[in-house]
Formats: sequence, structure tokens, C-alpha cells
Amino acid sequence: MSSAKDTVGPYPPPTQEPTWGPTPSQTVGPYFSFGLTEPWEDREDAVAAYHTDAIEVFGHVLDGRGDPIPDAMIETWQADPNGRFNHPDDPRGAVPFEGFRGFARSGTDTEGRWRVRTLKPGSIPAADGVTPQAPHLLVTVMARGVLRQLTTRIYFGDEPEANAADPVLQSLPEDARRTLIAEPVEGRGYRFDIHLQGDDETAFFEL
Amino acid sequence: MSETESGLQIPKYSPIPEGDDPSNFPEYRSTEYRFPKRPLFHLPQSIGEITGPLLGEDRVGPHDHDLTAHGHGEPIGERIIVHGRLLDSGGRPLAGQLIEIWQANACGRYIHKVDQHPAPLDPNFTGVGRTVTDAEGRYRFITIKPGAYPWGNHHNAWRPQHIHFSLTGRALPQRLVTQMYFPGDPLFFQDPIFNAVRDEKARNRMISQFDIEETVPEWALAYKWDIVLRGPDETPGIETAEEHG
Repeated sequence: MSSAKDTVGPYPPPTQEPTWGPTPSQTVGPYFSFGLTEPWEDREDAVAAYHTDAIEVFGHVLDGRGDPIPDAMIETWQADPNGRFNHPDDPRGAVPFEGFRGFARSGTDTEGRWRVRTLKPGSIPAADGVTPQAPHLLVTVMARGVLRQLTTRIYFGDEPEANAADPVLQSLPEDARRTLIAEPVEGRGYRFDIHLQGDDETAFFEL
Repeated sequence: MSETESGLQIPKYSPIPEGDDPSNFPEYRSTEYRFPKRPLFHLPQSIGEITGPLLGEDRVGPHDHDLTAHGHGEPIGERIIVHGRLLDSGGRPLAGQLIEIWQANACGRYIHKVDQHPAPLDPNFTGVGRTVTDAEGRYRFITIKPGAYPWGNHHNAWRPQHIHFSLTGRALPQRLVTQMYFPGDPLFFQDPIFNAVRDEKARNRMISQFDIEETVPEWALAYKWDIVLRGPDETPGIETAEEHG
């Protein structure tokens, strides 16, 4: 690393009692897998094994040089195939969907690959409560070197009409919009690479 | 809460606090090729953004909160109690919430295969714990005080003693992964991860406090650390803020 410095700091010592406010974020670091992914046998499965119409959403996580990131963690959250959530804050009411929890967590392997197994979500209303949104997954990305989690969305490449009408996609410039479309892969599911930086940098959202 | 055109009432989560910078901190070298250079795009909060996985009891076994009970014998090191409350920024307790932690052993070594720090592993300590908050948002772990350890960020770089915490909260804006530190650590002055939080007041919220009240005589020192997740209200009420100091 050409930018390496021989010393860092000195930073000022902490002097004050804690004050009220949100606890800040810190990087997940390089060693999270034994604490966050390995203990969860069902981590990559948002849906039970008996759902034979499950799809896989998978891809790589890459850095600004195009190198794979082997110490990243992806989490996905989404509506069920009917566009509902089993959550009390959904103003339309919480609706369970058998064998489906809507949430998955995947570490990346040594080649930067991640994967989740899920059901394709239905459409949900946008923030105005009316306009339909195209089916999508909400995605959280963490990694060594990432100080606060990054948030993005995965849309489906075989939903061109819904995507063309989606208010969030349409709010983005074209070069950012295309980074959010997963490519259908026959017989497997959808491929979605996440570029944290660089010419193909994925569009990330403030949340 | 905010009302949508269709009359649906949905909670509104406050924005990311000032000083909790989301991206680049050059002195923490790993950020260099991993921070997005493009500004974050605006994402209006629809139902997907104000919900999230509700993880709780079904993810936790009876001894998961006691990291000293996972081997065939007692782990080496200083036994400690780490406890506190999980609250939202309005001061409301978050009950039934999963808390996941991981840490180095007393010698500053993780069980992760990538960690090659020449310090011993402890066959009686994995450094992984989980618990669920009670009705008042309280949590309590029994563990071993983690050791400091060297890392390659800069010459003679050492991480302060810390425990990693992961919380999913009630909705995606509350998702938090952070690190809990110990009071009086001499290594803060040279740690770019701790100091990547620019705001001094926010930074200090990551430091636990020694707690003589919860210290168990003849057995273990206690440290108290409250964790505060964002929203859904913009600001806490005056009384609530004072009550929680």
C-alpha cells in the first residue's frame, strides 16, 4: 500500500461522560463469520427447503479495483410473493407466509461469492402508499473496511415493465439504475454483483 | 408517524446522525477501495424500509449468553459481566430483540482462521454469544475480557479491547453493527476504527462504564453499556432524554 503511514493519531483521549443519542456504527471487521454467519444453519435460506419454487439470488462482492471481497456479509429483506410482510408495523396488517421468513444472511467466500435462497417477492406500495413498486429485495452490505452498512435494492431483469414504472428506479440516473437490475440465469435464479466502488459502482441509498 | 396518500400510517425513522459518517476514513486503510465514491441516493421509506426481520427467542439457546460455559472447562482470563439496555432514540425499550456478539479471547486471538496473531487459542472459549432482551430491553452477558491485539493498519497498530455487537432492531433503519469498548483503554489514541466516528460525543457512546452495583463480589467485575437505535421518532422527549442522561 503506497499510502501507508508510519503512525496514526494521536487522537484526543475520551474526556466526557456518555451523552444521549444513537450508538454509532463500527465496521463488522474481518472476523465476523464465526459470530454472525456460521452459527446460523439456515442463514442463506429466506424460505424453507420444501418450497420447490424457490429461487437463488447470487453474485460477487467486488472492491474498487475489481477484486473480490472475501470478508463481506449480505443480508436481504423482502415482501412475500403476495407483497405482504409478517411484521406489526405494516399498516395493512401482519400476514405470515408459511415456510417463509423474508430474511437471509450470506457471507462471501474466498472468491467474494454470496447467495441467498428465497421466493420472488410481490409488488408493494411506494412511500406514498399508492404507487406500486416493482418486485425487489432490500439489501444490506457489510465488510471489513465498511464503517457503516450500505443499503441497496435488487430488482429483477425479467420485469421490464414493472421496473420501468418503479418510482425509486425512475428517480435514479440511468447509469445508477442499471446497477440495480439482477440478470436472470436459466434454471438457477438471478445474478447480482455488488461493486462497492469503481466504474460499475452499485447505487447505494441513504436509509 | 407519517400519513401516506392512501391514509396508511407508517413509522418514520430519523436520518443517520451527524458524525456517524458512512464511508471514507483514509487512516483506516481498508476503506480505500471499499467506500462508495458516489453520494448515497435518496430512498423514500416505504413498507419494506420500515419493517425488518424480528429475530428473537428461537435463535437462542439457554447458555448462549454465558460465553464462559461453552467449553469443557473455564476459559482463561478475567471473567466479566456486560449488561445494559437496548433502547430506541425516543428512550423506549426494545424487548425480545436478538443481540449477537463476538470477540477475541483473553490473549487477543480470534478463533477465525484468518487471525494469525501469535497468541494462544483457548480450547474453552469460542468468543460467540447471543441473547434476547427482556421486557425492559435489558440484556446480560457473562464473558472474558478480550485482549488487545496487533493489526497491520500502520506501524505498531493495536486494537483497543472490544466486543463486536450486532442488532437487527425492529426495522432496517435500526440495523446496527458496532463495537463496545472499555473505559480508560490506553489504545484509543492510535485506533482509526474507534476514531472514524468523528463526533466526540457519539464516539464516547461506544465506551462501556465500570459498574460496581452489578459487580458480583468474589466473582466478576461488571460493565454497563446501553445501546440506542435510531427512531422511529425524530427526537426524544425532554423528560426521556434527561431520564436516560
